[in-house]
Amino acid sequence: MREDRSILNKLDWSVILIYLALILIGWLSIYSTNFDPESGKSIFDLSINSGKQFLRILSCIIIIAVIITIDFRIFESLAYTFYGVVLALLIFVLIFGDEVAGSKSWFELGFFRLQPSEFAKFTTALAIARFMAVPNFKLDNSKNLIRVGLFIVVPMALIILQGDTGTALVFVAFVVPLYREGLNPVFIIIGISMAVIFILTLFVSKLYLGIAIVSIVLLIIFFNKKTWRKIALTVASGALVFSVIFAVDYVIDNVLKPHQQNRIKALINPESDPRGYGYNVINSKTAIGSGGLTGKGYLQGYYTQFDFVPEQTTDFIFCTVGEEMGWIGSLVLLTLFVLLMIRLVNLAERQKSRFSRIYGYSVVGIFFFHFAVNIGMTIGYFPVIGIPLPFISYGGSSLWAFTILLFIFLKLDAHRMQIFIR
Amino acid sequence: MNESRRYIIQIVIILIGVVYLVKLFAIQITDNSYKVKAEDNVMRPVIEYPYRGLIYDRSEKNLLVYNRPVFDLMVVPREAVIADTVEFCRLLGITTDEFDKEVVRMEKDKGYKSFLPQAFIKMISLEQLARFQDKLVQYPGFFIQSRTLRGYEHSSIANALGYIGEISSTALNNDSTNYYRQGDYIGISGIEKYYEKELRGQQGVQFKMVNARGVVKGPFKNGNYDTLSVPGENLVATIDLDLQAYGEKLMAGKAGGVVAIEPKTGEILSIISSPSYDPNMLSGKGFGRNFMDLTQDSLKPLFNRAIMSVYPPGSTFKPLQALIALQEGVIGAREQIYCSGALVGDHAPPGYYDVHEAIQKSSNNYFYIVFRRVINRNLSENTFIDSRLGLEKWNEYLYKFGLGKPLGIDIPNEKGGMIPTPALYNRIYGENRWKWSTINSISIGQGELLISPLQMANYAAIIANRGYYYTPHIIKEIDTTGLPLEKYRIKHESGIDSVHFTTVVDAMEDVVNKGTGLRARIDGIAVCAKTGTSENPHGEDHSVFIAFAPKEDPQIAISVYVQNAGQGARAAASVAGLMIEKYLTGEIKRHWIEEYALRGEFIY
Repeated sequence: MREDRSILNKLDWSVILIYLALILIGWLSIYSTNFDPESGKSIFDLSINSGKQFLRILSCIIIIAVIITIDFRIFESLAYTFYGVVLALLIFVLIFGDEVAGSKSWFELGFFRLQPSEFAKFTTALAIARFMAVPNFKLDNSKNLIRVGLFIVVPMALIILQGDTGTALVFVAFVVPLYREGLNPVFIIIGISMAVIFILTLFVSKLYLGIAIVSIVLLIIFFNKKTWRKIALTVASGALVFSVIFAVDYVIDNVLKPHQQNRIKALINPESDPRGYGYNVINSKTAIGSGGLTGKGYLQGYYTQFDFVPEQTTDFIFCTVGEEMGWIGSLVLLTLFVLLMIRLVNLAERQKSRFSRIYGYSVVGIFFFHFAVNIGMTIGYFPVIGIPLPFISYGGSSLWAFTILLFIFLKLDAHRMQIFIR
Repeated sequence: MNESRRYIIQIVIILIGVVYLVKLFAIQITDNSYKVKAEDNVMRPVIEYPYRGLIYDRSEKNLLVYNRPVFDLMVVPREAVIADTVEFCRLLGITTDEFDKEVVRMEKDKGYKSFLPQAFIKMISLEQLARFQDKLVQYPGFFIQSRTLRGYEHSSIANALGYIGEISSTALNNDSTNYYRQGDYIGISGIEKYYEKELRGQQGVQFKMVNARGVVKGPFKNGNYDTLSVPGENLVATIDLDLQAYGEKLMAGKAGGVVAIEPKTGEILSIISSPSYDPNMLSGKGFGRNFMDLTQDSLKPLFNRAIMSVYPPGSTFKPLQALIALQEGVIGAREQIYCSGALVGDHAPPGYYDVHEAIQKSSNNYFYIVFRRVINRNLSENTFIDSRLGLEKWNEYLYKFGLGKPLGIDIPNEKGGMIPTPALYNRIYGENRWKWSTINSISIGQGELLISPLQMANYAAIIANRGYYYTPHIIKEIDTTGLPLEKYRIKHESGIDSVHFTTVVDAMEDVVNKGTGLRARIDGIAVCAKTGTSENPHGEDHSVFIAFAPKEDPQIAISVYVQNAGQGARAAASVAGLMIEKYLTGEIKRHWIEEYALRGEFIY
């Protein structure tokens, strides 16, 4: 008993309070989105989404209790085991899984469905934390980079094979812990530059981009030391950028699936075909935009309630908050997320073990990616990538996976002083 | 060494949060269009069409116009499921080709939206309805919508009633009140057009909220913006349907116009334009085809001759000439004037005439002399100027008799005819280059004088009233007020003393008893009348007749024009006499006249 109380005291309650607030907002929003005044069903009614979600929230208490009770050391010692089990599940689901909405990523388990890819996030986080926690591990050689990269790319590839590109993209989030552990920012800069060039190519004509690149290359050559090496390097990078630009069309037309092409096109100009691929973006912006400063009031969000916004309870749940609670509500929700992530960074930094810190930053990265992409797509800053908003969106697997992800870190944090015992 | 990177990570997190909040501020607060758009997308106005007002005849027992229900087969294309097209077509009695054609037509419609209800087949027959209604459940997305069309239980008075039809794009653009929408029905001619505002009522609008699939979820903003429809006002027409139908029967096979007025009130008892058409032709399914047929008919059945055709009045004009001359004092009531017959050809023999006999025998020479006296008053030594001054004075009388400009009947497109003015003659002959002898044919109602049957009937009513008239009108009661329009309650004076009417009326009585109007004579009823023959340079003369009866306390004043039917004493007098008999006694005793009129052989 004494130990129980002490663990409760050691947990970071500010994070737990934000967690509970987000869960509550999510649950209320799910109820409102499917609210039908005529049916008179209560929020606990198991025939509607909010009732089902309530059961899942209750089940999270068990999950949390288990995580807090068991020995914190097993997360590090069994990190590879967890990773391996989930990898196996990812392969099994490809063979035995059920296809839902074009993605073969679900296990049908009678009364509920399980999506292993959601759990791959925390197992991968544990695995790279374990791998990089080795003393004197450095990310400055390609051998280590490739090894860490493999931990990330293997589950990512399996999830892409399932047809769930959105969830696979989340693994990009591991850039955050890698960056903290000394990844050369050049990689990130190159990655972001590629993305920017990719997007620019969609907006700006190739001719202008070409002229701009040639000018920049010439300027760099002119102002730099005119050694052959530098000139060659500059010209080579210019050529690389060129090839990216010309690859964009090819990628869009041949590599991306039609629905993915449409999502990118919708990002550029949703109004071009409002009944077609721009439909989601226009309607989610309309729902949010119609909320005004204070929103239409709880349960009054007719636009989301009348099914104008697709995937309203899952990927587009933020529309309900924006419509019913307005900008003030959005401010509260965004602030909660930002505070959560800032706090998690601070917690990660106070860890004594590298394992805990890397894991902590992985948690931050994953939350950040979900937060930025999910809300970004509802307001037209990102293509529609079907990933949930942590703790808010409807769905069991994602709620459990995020809860596990977060509470493992809180458990590790609670024991941060004991880490030397090892 | 990498500790500082925590701050970069935290800054990026905060930065994204701030950027998103700024963007949210822009779409939620700065930009109002999303709010408008959300309301637009969920709000669906549902128009509640009011019942169009009915029109009764003057007895208030007969309906001139009523509403008859028709049924349209509607479809919400997005929800439509037809399992068996062949069976579906069989139920509707159409071929699969026609089915395909309807689908193509519907999808080409301007307002076509797959989630909105569209008319698939308009006005299905009762038989189709009965067959289809039972099977409706098998065809999701289809439903029957009822609406009303105008219906008529008689085949009379088509031109005066007019018709309704879908509003034209021009009318829609001109609608400054923004009341009408594409596809709304509006009165296009006749009473339907003139009393459109009263008849149409007021559309109601219910603002519904619909979900993304167009399913109604409830009232918008608790129905605070909803309005109820107000049914149109019923109208009571001045028309006597029996008289109207009888008159149309008499006029069948002839071209022309008849207008009968109750003199005391200006109420139009009967307004006939011949040839006419069955008003049911321009209501409902055959509208398009029938309308084409009617517009292409060389006899112009859509042309309302009673108010739109104008003719020289011929000798029917003589009583008016007499009244003006008497009022001006240029002749005395018993003054004998010698007519040699030298001025103009004449049916009346040469000799002495007073005004009574001149009217009774329709002496042309007498009225030439009288008109010269009216025109030339020696107000100026210059006969040209003198003629001009005389004609101006004469014009004033004519205007007071409602000639030369539209009377203002409550039917659109009334023509005003023409009275010759100094300005007209100046144009024709040049200023100061015309005098009485130039223009003397108007003495006897020929020449440049053009008068519509309506104006003629009103002129007869003025004589019947001995000097006043109410503007002829066809609607005597509007539901809310129980009164005709304000302008039909104003008494107009003719400016001629009633004593002079006595002289003229006596003469007109003898026209019927001893003169040219014998065919209008009815035993026991004192009919006063004047025949006329309107000279027609293009063919046979037009037969013209005006009359009123009984002489004391007149109940009916009538004008009849029958085109190309020769002397007024024949066709026009017969029709007028029969209608007076019908109206005053309710039956026809003079069957030989009726047979004569119906046979329609007036040129012999």
